[in-house]
Amino acid sequence: MTKYTEDDLREELKTKEYEYGFYTDIESDTFPIGLNEDVVRAISLKKEEPEWMTDWRLEAFRAWEEMIEPEWANVNYVKPDFQSISYYSAPNTKPKYDSLDEVDPELLETFKKLGISLDEQKALAGVAMDVVIDSVSVATTFKKTLNEKGIIFCSMSEAIKEHPELVRKHIGTVVPQKDNFYAALNSAVFSDGSFCYIPKGVRCPMELSTYFRINQANTGQFERTLVIADEGSYVSYLEGCTAPSRDENQLHAAVVELIAMDDAEIKYSTVQNWFPGNSEGKGGVFNFVTKRGLCEKNAKISWTQVETGSAITWKYPSCILKGDNSVGEFYSIAVTNNYQQADTGTKMIHLGKNTKSTIISKGISAGKSQNSYRGLVQISARAENARNFSQCDSLLMGNDCGAHTFPYIEVKNKSSIIEHEATTSKIGEDQIFYCNQRGIDTEKAIALIVNGFSKEVLNKLPMEFAVEAQKLLEISLEGSVG
Amino acid sequence: MQYTVISLQGLSTENCQLKTEKMELKEKLIASFMAFENLVDIDLPVHDVRSEAIKEFETQGFPSKRDEAWKYTSLNSILKHDYSVFPKRDNHIDYNDIKKYFIHDIDTYKIVFIDGKYSSHLSETTHDGIDVCLMSSALTKTKYRLIIENYFNKIATKDSLTSLNTAFSQEGAYIHIPKNKLVAKPIQIVHFSTGNEAALLVQPRNLIVVDENSHVQIIERHQSLTQNPVLTNSVTEIFANKRAIVDYYKIQNDNENASLIDSTFVNQKQESFASVHTFSFGGKLTRNNLNFYQNGERIDSTMKGITIIGNKQHVDHNTLVHHIEPNCESHQDYKGIYADSSTGVFNGKVLVDKDAQKTNAFQANNNILLSDKASINTKPQLEIFADDVKCSHGCTIGQLDESAMFYMQSRGIPEKEAKALLMFAFSNNVMNSVKIPEIKQRITKIIANKLGVNIGFDL
Repeated sequence: MTKYTEDDLREELKTKEYEYGFYTDIESDTFPIGLNEDVVRAISLKKEEPEWMTDWRLEAFRAWEEMIEPEWANVNYVKPDFQSISYYSAPNTKPKYDSLDEVDPELLETFKKLGISLDEQKALAGVAMDVVIDSVSVATTFKKTLNEKGIIFCSMSEAIKEHPELVRKHIGTVVPQKDNFYAALNSAVFSDGSFCYIPKGVRCPMELSTYFRINQANTGQFERTLVIADEGSYVSYLEGCTAPSRDENQLHAAVVELIAMDDAEIKYSTVQNWFPGNSEGKGGVFNFVTKRGLCEKNAKISWTQVETGSAITWKYPSCILKGDNSVGEFYSIAVTNNYQQADTGTKMIHLGKNTKSTIISKGISAGKSQNSYRGLVQISARAENARNFSQCDSLLMGNDCGAHTFPYIEVKNKSSIIEHEATTSKIGEDQIFYCNQRGIDTEKAIALIVNGFSKEVLNKLPMEFAVEAQKLLEISLEGSVG
Repeated sequence: MQYTVISLQGLSTENCQLKTEKMELKEKLIASFMAFENLVDIDLPVHDVRSEAIKEFETQGFPSKRDEAWKYTSLNSILKHDYSVFPKRDNHIDYNDIKKYFIHDIDTYKIVFIDGKYSSHLSETTHDGIDVCLMSSALTKTKYRLIIENYFNKIATKDSLTSLNTAFSQEGAYIHIPKNKLVAKPIQIVHFSTGNEAALLVQPRNLIVVDENSHVQIIERHQSLTQNPVLTNSVTEIFANKRAIVDYYKIQNDNENASLIDSTFVNQKQESFASVHTFSFGGKLTRNNLNFYQNGERIDSTMKGITIIGNKQHVDHNTLVHHIEPNCESHQDYKGIYADSSTGVFNGKVLVDKDAQKTNAFQANNNILLSDKASINTKPQLEIFADDVKCSHGCTIGQLDESAMFYMQSRGIPEKEAKALLMFAFSNNVMNSVKIPEIKQRITKIIANKLGVNIGFDL
């Protein structure tokens, strides 16, 4: 093999096209573009929602109308025109299926291209899938096993119909309708999403996962996820996304709410690979997501994310450590290439005593991309003995990209201990030399180093996902990850 | 993105109240500018700079907490006073009353101002080979015109408070060190306010130009002699040309009715070395804006600070190092100890341009909170556009080590002294790079005084 240098890698990165860019032709039931109160009502009507839900949406919509789009993030983009988006699209082929054989073969083909065939997943048996194509769930598997344990895992619209008391009690408690511009928009027009409830003391026997895909051209995807872990329960939730190649920017404004009650633990992992735009920076998904978890006493919430896609990523999975002794964790790898821009990080709000949080963030920028970490660690006056450790490392590949760190640390308690450190570097010539000297060629050496750089975070992913995450890193930085 | 609406509303009502108060001072200042024009020669080119600056201030107004750079520092409490902008009389102070505020055990040049006016009997200036004199004469005399044209207001930013200072720029220190000169004595710039005015606003403007291969040490201090409120809005421009060495020390130990907004801009040329040490022990509100621009290769910039405050004091350090060219270094090290209801802010930014390869930037901010009512907000930022760089920042918040305290106490060192020892050790890194031993001694004494201990060792 000829000598593989960083320049070659850079060249490869530049020319690498989005492999998963294709478009499934499924007849869709799509609303005309535009947004007003009637559209919000129509969405609610379409989904056969109860009145309180319609009112809740309208309240959010009215708040949204008053709000202005935030501009503080370190990203540049043409703002989406909210009146030129269609706010509802559902695959036409209803009703729902009990087994895979009934599923539209074209859909199955889509998953095959993605390398996540349902059959294979089924065979692995550890994973229950709630497949989301555009906005409506079309298949749910392994429901029975979960039912036996009393676990509710279904689509949001189903939950609104079948468990209205749970939804009504918890929706909007962690991310209120008026929380921010995009959360308000989502609250008004969310089409579907996942709902999960783990009863008291139950340890969910399998990893729950949902695959999101933006499919219909010009359809904003507004997912709403609500995970409730009752006292002493445990759940690991996996979310992964890929989206087909589109020339217009697609808007994705999801809201994820996690509620971990006393002694409960939620592990939420994301692999995100929305279409990042082509090598000229054309197209790509706008990912403006609000993710937040609430920890009661002794509870733990752990966010793990691998971000490789989207033209613009704007995402801060946060933990509100309300209960005493609660724990928040955030592990993230964000890879940006070509013209991608990512402004991502976390917020750890320490309210309870003896609360702990850990933040490990790894940013890899290549091409002409910009990668920012923005985080907040806030220790309130009554959060005695609070502890935080943050580490943000950035790896730069090439001289046209940028890495930025904006940590905010606000401490009002003297007994707390906070540590923050950040480094920025490139792959050192001495590191490559060391490997070369020991008979490892440059390509492998780069792979080794990037792998080692992100290991801390990859290790936190569930087994099933770690493999896929590796795959996505490969696509984003092919040639560098072995 | 995730700020709740409630807090935003809270902010806006606060802002409305604040606006009416601010309007008054703002309007007063704009009106004063016309009076100011009668006092100075408006035919000088520098006056165009002033007129532009007042327009800039008029559009921007005073910064509020809505501005990202002022997120954690509110000017409300200090803008409500009815400040006199032009002190009416020349005030006189006896040297023996104020001797203690000077570094008096070494021979120094002195540029002393009382209530914003130059005091010739307390000062010791020179034109012998170097120029250590006054801004007012530099702005008017033709022999300085070239320097003023080339350097004055060239690196000061256009933000509102700096513009306000530029608009009223008239008095301050002017220091020009020509090529190949080693200034034998340090230069002290001291500002006193006598309290003869009920409330006083002073806006000193300093210009320091150090030419090739020259070396200068400068000590700056602001001191209020009574409890009457004083607001100092000071701007200093420092130019370190090729291979120049500039050491700047700011001693901030004013009384608790005096506030200081200090903006210092440092422009460095290749192979120059510039350091600014800021010791913040006093004052009601202290804001230090410190901006370094590295316009050349192989530059070294050092910014260090020790902050020890209590009561309701507030100290805000806002730093920027802009790495523009390759092979440069910057070191930032800020230590803070906060007692009672004091608040501290550190907002540091390292900006590395695309061309600034092989940059080595380091930033550290360590804090100790001694009370539950004290708080610290820190935001160390890195913005990096070059790949072959080594940039790191670290930031910690913690307490005094209990086991170390126990160790000392079990060996007969009283609690107070043990605490003081730990705090001295904590700030030692900053003290180490102070090059004038007398300043070290003085700072050690001030710290010991503040902590109420009597420790007589060198650090």
